[in-house]
Amino acid sequence: MAECGASGSGSSGDSLDKSITLPPDEIFRNLENAKRFAIDIGGSLTKLAYYSTVQHKVAKVRSFDHSGKDTEQDHEPPYEISVQEEVTARLHFVKFENTYIEACLDFIKDHLVNTETKVIQATGGGAYKFKDLIEEKLQLKVDKEDVMTCLIKGCNFVLKNIPHEAFVYQKDSDPEFRFQTNHPNIFPYLLVNIGSGVSIVKVETEDRFEWIGGSSIGGGTFWGLGALLTKTKKFDELLQLASRGQHTNVDMLVQDIYGGAHETLGLSGNLIASSFGKSATADQEFSKEDMAKSLLHMISNDIGQLACLYARLHCLDRVYFGGFFIRGHPVTMRTITYSINFFSKGEVQALFLRHEGYLGAIGAFLKGAEQDNPNQYSWGENYAGSSGLMSSSPELCPTQRARSGTFDLLEMDRLERPLVNLPLLLDPSSYVPDTVDLTDDALARKYWLTCFEEALDGVVKRAVASQPGSVDAAERAEKFRQKYWNKLQTLRHQPFAYGTLTVRSLLDTREHCLNEFNFPDPYSKVKQKDNGVALKCFQRVVSALDALDWEERQLALVKGLLAGNVFDWGAKAVSDVLESDPQFGFEEAKKKLQERPWLVDSYGKWLQRLKGPPHKCALIFADNSGVDVILGVFPFVRELLSRGTEVILACNSGPALNDVTYSESLIVAERIAAMDPVIHSALREERLLLVQTGSSSPCLDLSRLDKGLAVLVRERGADLVVIEGMGRAVHTNYHAALCCESLKLAVIKNSWLAERLGGQLFSVIFKYEVPAE
Amino acid sequence: MKLKDAFFPWFGLDIGGTLVKLVYFEPKDITAEEEEEEVESLKSIRKYLTSNVAYGSTGIRDVHLELKDLTLCGRKGNLHFIRFPTHDMPAFIQMGRDKNFSSLHTVFCATGGGAYKFEQDFLTIGDLQLCKLDELDCLIKGILYIDSVGFNGRSQCYYFENPADCEKCQKLPFDLKNPYPLLLVNIGSGVSILAVYSKDNYKRVTGTSLGGGTFFGLCCLLTGCTTFEEALEMASRGDSTKVDKLVRDIYGGDYERFGLPGWAVASSFGNMMSKEKREAVSKEDLARATLITITNNIGSIARMCALNENINQVVFVGNFLRINTIAMRLLAYALDYWSKGQLKALFSEHEVSGVISCDMLTFIKGMLFTLC
Repeated sequence: MAECGASGSGSSGDSLDKSITLPPDEIFRNLENAKRFAIDIGGSLTKLAYYSTVQHKVAKVRSFDHSGKDTEQDHEPPYEISVQEEVTARLHFVKFENTYIEACLDFIKDHLVNTETKVIQATGGGAYKFKDLIEEKLQLKVDKEDVMTCLIKGCNFVLKNIPHEAFVYQKDSDPEFRFQTNHPNIFPYLLVNIGSGVSIVKVETEDRFEWIGGSSIGGGTFWGLGALLTKTKKFDELLQLASRGQHTNVDMLVQDIYGGAHETLGLSGNLIASSFGKSATADQEFSKEDMAKSLLHMISNDIGQLACLYARLHCLDRVYFGGFFIRGHPVTMRTITYSINFFSKGEVQALFLRHEGYLGAIGAFLKGAEQDNPNQYSWGENYAGSSGLMSSSPELCPTQRARSGTFDLLEMDRLERPLVNLPLLLDPSSYVPDTVDLTDDALARKYWLTCFEEALDGVVKRAVASQPGSVDAAERAEKFRQKYWNKLQTLRHQPFAYGTLTVRSLLDTREHCLNEFNFPDPYSKVKQKDNGVALKCFQRVVSALDALDWEERQLALVKGLLAGNVFDWGAKAVSDVLESDPQFGFEEAKKKLQERPWLVDSYGKWLQRLKGPPHKCALIFADNSGVDVILGVFPFVRELLSRGTEVILACNSGPALNDVTYSESLIVAERIAAMDPVIHSALREERLLLVQTGSSSPCLDLSRLDKGLAVLVRERGADLVVIEGMGRAVHTNYHAALCCESLKLAVIKNSWLAERLGGQLFSVIFKYEVPAE
Repeated sequence: MKLKDAFFPWFGLDIGGTLVKLVYFEPKDITAEEEEEEVESLKSIRKYLTSNVAYGSTGIRDVHLELKDLTLCGRKGNLHFIRFPTHDMPAFIQMGRDKNFSSLHTVFCATGGGAYKFEQDFLTIGDLQLCKLDELDCLIKGILYIDSVGFNGRSQCYYFENPADCEKCQKLPFDLKNPYPLLLVNIGSGVSILAVYSKDNYKRVTGTSLGGGTFFGLCCLLTGCTTFEEALEMASRGDSTKVDKLVRDIYGGDYERFGLPGWAVASSFGNMMSKEKREAVSKEDLARATLITITNNIGSIARMCALNENINQVVFVGNFLRINTIAMRLLAYALDYWSKGQLKALFSEHEVSGVISCDMLTFIKGMLFTLC
């Protein structure tokens, strides 16, 4: 997204432009902590990769030491919060024109302070050409890595770590980009790399791949032959010529041979019978545009045909395309897709990758970083620090400057723990977390983008308020506002920029942007206060429940869960009420709830089920802190425990809005245990287990959960999953199919969404599902 | 209608995208009685066709392809092969009208796309009803037929031994005694690939638009040549390695990681990305590179089809291979090399000895099958 001051001399990279000044903090971020560099120098673009450590402020919660105290003071908060520095690992990738390589190397040299790095992994055709320059500028030894090995390592990495990495491209449909959910097993696949030639590689495992074929007719043929035919020198210009041309003036079509009879013969008259066939028979001049278009079709069709033949021979249906011929060019993605559909009759899908341009750099980096075992970790795309897809494509974003001079960024955060699928998913390969695809649904997209824009002021205010002692909080909050606002504007024009646009991705992007400007947990104090208030009510609520007969109690518990869920700072309607009337109580919330029958109401079925044998183990995904978790979830947990059901309570690893975090849940549980013998003994006997989800999102992606959680779910034989809240049970997972019983409940705290679902504000979703036998 | 009942002249047309191929059966066993009955126009046609080797400015009779003393439907005679560009079709139809062909009550057998395209013109302008025959049927039956009758006493099918070696390269006869299954690659303007399992059981596997028309079309644009012969002649003098980027140009030698030899083409026309190199190549080099590009690609697609269909003999036919030894040897070599000797490239004598395509031969057989 960031640009530098001077315009480049074009993609051929003949001269090195030293005059540019780089906006330092924007492009090569965290250089002072950088180590392990890798560089991939292609024909026109350079991709630089490095690893850095990022200092983050995080809000930590810690129980007060209560030893020696029997009772606590009323005014005292339930635990203390401290802001601490935490160091996390991040991967940075920067893509720029070869023209800027010298300026960039100078910049890196000047800013590289504390590195013990001695070598730089280099790959790509230009690695040799620039070897001396790199060694001289950076004083690092250039270690050359095999291009294809790097490419495949990079490809495996993005397919495993970046959701919505792969997409299908359909030019004339809306949306043009259809992102794929990541398959739990990415292997085997075919990678067709279209550089100057074409390499077709079958990838079977992380370390096993095989070159199964190739073709000399590739990007170099388009460029070389195109330059000869049209006297146009640059690849991008050739593509632009092609996009304006009419290939039918140059190609001999089936209808040119068969006349009008092709229709009665059932032939498609527009099929090309002979590429350039007309230029052989007619004595005439041909336009550059027409020839370029014909050439593009010829090459794309040929590659598509060969790819299909290889896919068929090796029984593969996932074919990823990459290389400079494809990279960011809707024109070539379109023709390749057409060709694949035509030759495979729809059996093979042409897949493209959002970060295709970075594969070589990622792979080279991973080769150099093997001792850090980067593949043992899970990584997450940082939306705040990454440019979107097509950020540099003039075709799609005419308002932006021409390609040259544009820098493109990708940042990936190392997640503290590996993420895996929830073992209870019915079909992990078809699981889609998000309920509504906003790239698809223009009406919903408009609504939500506006909604997030309107909520921005409040978020900024809350961020500032959360750090009263900080002198630069207002300034940082303003930067946050600008960054998130810009992201929202980008998404308005390019909803596909970061994969499928969803309410979840909008929420996650906001969290990433907040973190970026050191607002790790703007709700920490609110949560602390809410937890304190709710803890005080716990015993009263529990005794009231215990006084009810069994059937009344079951309904009251469910209502409690739902009422608790009304307390949600994430929802606009609620945050308005909470902001103006902090005394808004639990009982008040219950009154707000829709009367039965609810909007979605399978309570009767649930009650029937409860009359049967107890569940073995329930996995509960908690939502908000305060009333929700303490007065809603814990009494419900308590009832399950009393029935003889074990409970795994899963909370977010990191903060998101006012959602209860794992560390907060530990304190809350400890405090409740002190009051309640049921919870106390369950914790002690490990019938109640608190785990973290691995996520810091207000939504829930069941395909990326903490490995420890997954292991526990398997060990304990969980047979009931309870998902609570709008973010986790409506925006995501509403349609999620599990192989055990599930309960999805939420209160719709957004009038637009409520209306869309056919209800009103505070409508209730109570969805109890039993998998088909 | 049966051919044996049909009146002379016996004609067959294969109207392709670029070329029209005409076969004419000249009966040599005409009885005195027949000769007497023979109308003047028929005589003049026979005389015109058999006594000339060129017709107008573009029609050519390939004398050396003539099949002599052939027995066709009980009649003995010679089979003549004539070709002219498809864009002269209107003139040909006009000639048929001028010579009053329709009065002869003959059958005009025709195949190829043009049989459809020009059907109406034959009818309205020439008052001639075409008997259209399926192109692929004709092709298959033609190949098998020609193989069975041989080429004037010699074997029809050939292969190359040591195709890459100028000195040792040898053209050797191949007895197609077990013809099935075979992959038939017909390279005309475009390319059709057929898998043939028996005389009547075949399927079109695929095709590519990168064929003879592409070679010639690109050559016209790149070199300004005007005939196929000229394009091939230039190609024979050029050096494609100046135009193409080879594996060794990138890796300095073989790319061992993938077992790619240094001489293999990594990127066709890849060197032409550079301005300096564009300025340093000749038209001959460009013609050669175009030929190599198209031929290698056909070889590659044919090889993949053969693997997918589990067939190991591949017969290449079609006009592209006419007087095109470079392409045939390259196909032979490429197929052998990349399949590690598993696949054999076979050619038809009619291409090897030069000039006309097999399409034509095919067509004779098509005629026989359909009409006899």
